[in-house]
Amino acid sequence: MVDRRPWITVLSHLVMIVGVLIVAFPLYLAFVASTHTADAIVQSPMPLLPGAHLWENYQAALFGSGKLGSNTNVMHMMWVSFVTAMVITVGKIAISLLSAFAIVYFRFPFKMLCFWAIFLTLMLPVEVRILPTYKVVAELGMLNSYAGLTLPLIASATATFLFRQFFLSVPDELVEAARIDGAGPMRFFKDVLVPLSKTSVAALFVIQFIYGWNQYLWPLLMTTSEDMYPVVIGIKRMLAGGEAAVDWNIVMATAIVAMLPPAAVVMLMQKWFVKGLVDTEK
Amino acid sequence: MEKRVLFRSTWLPWALLLPQLLIIGIFFFWPAAQAVLQSFQIEDAFGMSTEWVGLENFTNLLDDPTYLNSFLRTALFSVLVAGLGITVSLLLAIFADRIVRAAMLYKTLLIVPYAVAPVIAGVLWMFMFSPSLGVVAHYLGELGYNWNHIMNENQAMALVVLASVWKQISYNFLFFLAGLQSIPKSLIEAASIDGAGPWRRFWNIQLPLLSPTTFFLLVINIVYAFFDTFGIIDAATAGGPGQSTSILVYKVYQDGFKSLDLGSSAAQSVILMIIVVALTVVQFRYVEKKVQY
Repeated sequence: MVDRRPWITVLSHLVMIVGVLIVAFPLYLAFVASTHTADAIVQSPMPLLPGAHLWENYQAALFGSGKLGSNTNVMHMMWVSFVTAMVITVGKIAISLLSAFAIVYFRFPFKMLCFWAIFLTLMLPVEVRILPTYKVVAELGMLNSYAGLTLPLIASATATFLFRQFFLSVPDELVEAARIDGAGPMRFFKDVLVPLSKTSVAALFVIQFIYGWNQYLWPLLMTTSEDMYPVVIGIKRMLAGGEAAVDWNIVMATAIVAMLPPAAVVMLMQKWFVKGLVDTEK
Repeated sequence: MEKRVLFRSTWLPWALLLPQLLIIGIFFFWPAAQAVLQSFQIEDAFGMSTEWVGLENFTNLLDDPTYLNSFLRTALFSVLVAGLGITVSLLLAIFADRIVRAAMLYKTLLIVPYAVAPVIAGVLWMFMFSPSLGVVAHYLGELGYNWNHIMNENQAMALVVLASVWKQISYNFLFFLAGLQSIPKSLIEAASIDGAGPWRRFWNIQLPLLSPTTFFLLVINIVYAFFDTFGIIDAATAGGPGQSTSILVYKVYQDGFKSLDLGSSAAQSVILMIIVVALTVVQFRYVEKKVQY
């Protein structure tokens, strides 16, 4: 605090509170909607305070289905989302640690070519190559499978790039010391580099988990069987019946449930996440 | 940018790189190459015959008013999303920077939209603004403003812009806050001693020093608006009414999977690729200059 102007502090708090209210409002509304009956919601305007039907709505959302567009059990969709997100996250981190290590700590022919090839993948999100990727996945027989859901999304180098930047900043003395102690490259990797990378791994875990959990376009295209739908697709499909026919209370309850795991991951790992996110792009 | 000390081995680096190279080979380069190839061909919907047509798909696109329209819409959309997103987040970051107490609480609450899937954000905002049962639509009606984004093109665009900005606030906010906090306090104190008030300090010191962050976020937000907003649009307006919120990536989806016009869709993808590569190269060039290891 540089100068004593208490009114600026008051103004700051005010602005933050208004900001938080605006940001939280859609979520609050969703929560309120998930605690009323479908009829109460359809009668405009919807009540702005929570109602009394919390338990029944959430039970219906998670286990039963009522008159929804899709009869899939939401618990199963949550499981699909979870497996997809975890496979993408763990897969990407593991592969990238190894690749970044190779790129930074070794000299070998075509090294620059490999580096640029990997870097190129940063530039094209999956949305730009959906059609041909769909074709490849179909030809490999991976439609409607976890492999098809996850592998194309592991194919981008965000994590490799992050780890590369981090490894470049690790002091050379550590490598020399390891060498003197007779450690080979993999020993160095396992016992020195990986433990040092913990914050980056944590930040990437959050980013990739959310990325994997929230995937929409790709699963939309390559899953046709209801038991491979991630939960975000399930929610969108519930709206297919036209506005009047939709059980909005159940839709909102499902949306809230679907938001809980990524929100939990972000909030619990907030510190590493913020640090990692900001350090990544620099 | 190479380490002084390197390991020597002929086979180990290849073994380490193999998983990544394999995956990006099969799931990135092969499809990307096919997209480029397909953009020079016309294929019938059953995949029975393909004909090489050179640049015809591209010239058709550039002559097609629907496509040019979509291009303009996407440009408008991304400028609005990036502009609004950056302004609002900067505002929040500036005030958050001045707060000592409860900073963690505000930060935690503001981060939540990052965890929300774009398609769910689209559902939430559509729910709020639904002409028949949306709370916001209702109260706007009571104030005399008739909201119906299903009929009104501008309102539909406004809806998807708002939803997209809402989702990006967290990300932009975190970067601006970090940028502000990395400005040395000594600079600010010196300015204060020289008699500069808070507005002067912001305008002449903080804002200029934030320009790398602002530029970076500009590129990120534009790429976000081009691609990650697909879910928002699909849930909130499905590209409608008509084609008014059908941005380029949405059009690729519609033409490729709904209309099965594969050549055109591939050509559109290639054009999108060129745009993204250009943006990324610009960003990388600019940012890398400022970074030292």
